[in-house]
Amino acid sequence: MDDIILRTISRLIIPFIEIYGVFIILHGHVSPGGGFSGGAILGTSLILYTLVFGVEKAQKKFSHKVSDIAESGGILWFILIGLVGIFVTGYFLTNINAGFPIGEPGLLLSAGMIPLLMIGIGIKVASTMITLFHTVIEEAHHGSA
Amino acid sequence: MKKSVILLIFFALFILLVSSLFTMPIENSVFAPSYNATTRYYIENSVRETGAINLVAALITDYRAFDTLGETVVLFTSIVAVVSILRVSKKTKGV
Amino acid sequence: MEVLKQIIENINYIGALALFVIGLYTVVTHSNLIKRIIGINIMGTGVFYFFVSIGNVVGGNPPIVDLDNGNLIYINPLPSGLILTGIVVVVSITVYSLSLVVRIYETYGTIDQDEIAKIIDQETFDD
Repeated sequence: MDDIILRTISRLIIPFIEIYGVFIILHGHVSPGGGFSGGAILGTSLILYTLVFGVEKAQKKFSHKVSDIAESGGILWFILIGLVGIFVTGYFLTNINAGFPIGEPGLLLSAGMIPLLMIGIGIKVASTMITLFHTVIEEAHHGSA
Repeated sequence: MKKSVILLIFFALFILLVSSLFTMPIENSVFAPSYNATTRYYIENSVRETGAINLVAALITDYRAFDTLGETVVLFTSIVAVVSILRVSKKTKGV
Repeated sequence: MEVLKQIIENINYIGALALFVIGLYTVVTHSNLIKRIIGINIMGTGVFYFFVSIGNVVGGNPPIVDLDNGNLIYINPLPSGLILTGIVVVVSITVYSLSLVVRIYETYGTIDQDEIAKIIDQETFDD
């Protein structure tokens, strides 16, 4: 879609959407939100980019290679955090008893492994939304051409 | 004719569902059966045990973190399924 | 009057059931596959709305613990947490069925189920 209003406004607004998504992910344990909602916002910002600037440009920003790493990396990061619990206490995904610092409740640096898991979930959900959208829209692109 | 019959059937289904709704324990108070000992335990102890003041975050990534791991596996499986349907055909278009 | 009062108090449950029935009507009566997927999504939304409504408490606070005030009543966080799984599953099946529709369109040239059935009948008749 080649329209100067759309391009200018999206170029202005997409960084703010992404910052808001990262904020939602990182503050998942002290305010409403979390990995799923923040990841959805991050993914939506890149879907907006794809809709405005086209698939080829978006592929340069977020290629299949990057999405492969993000997909597998999200799950592996999650399991890695869980394995810390299995080595320390013998139970999978143990939080405070496995030695994660509890911090002071209400502050950003608190709640042990919860922010770490939230980052993993956020990366996973964001890359899933982008990859699914790109896959479906590429197919339509190639089918019509 | 056929369309109005179908609409009538679905309206009857809606009336049936609503009338059976009022036999369920749905009062929105702390005395409802859904507000049980598990909920009270989470509300009273989750700040002390996890350090997170967002109860939903404490629920899905600490008490039920294994469930969340299953959720991410569902997302992964959906990606694998979609890619196996759509991305294969480009290479084997001539077949 | 008693019935009206009950309906107003439980309007969110009735709205959820209405969404479910609308979705089911869409799935049953339309033969366009995209519209059927939209119907499944509406049905899923109704189920989520019903599930989250169960956790509501009249006069309760959102489940973010206020550390300064210990005597607040919080709503039930359990349905809100569990319904995240359902949302993920609905997103997954939506994308999977959309990709199947793309393949069906490439094969048959249409996404109307009746026409696809006609084409399949024709093919078996020709053989």
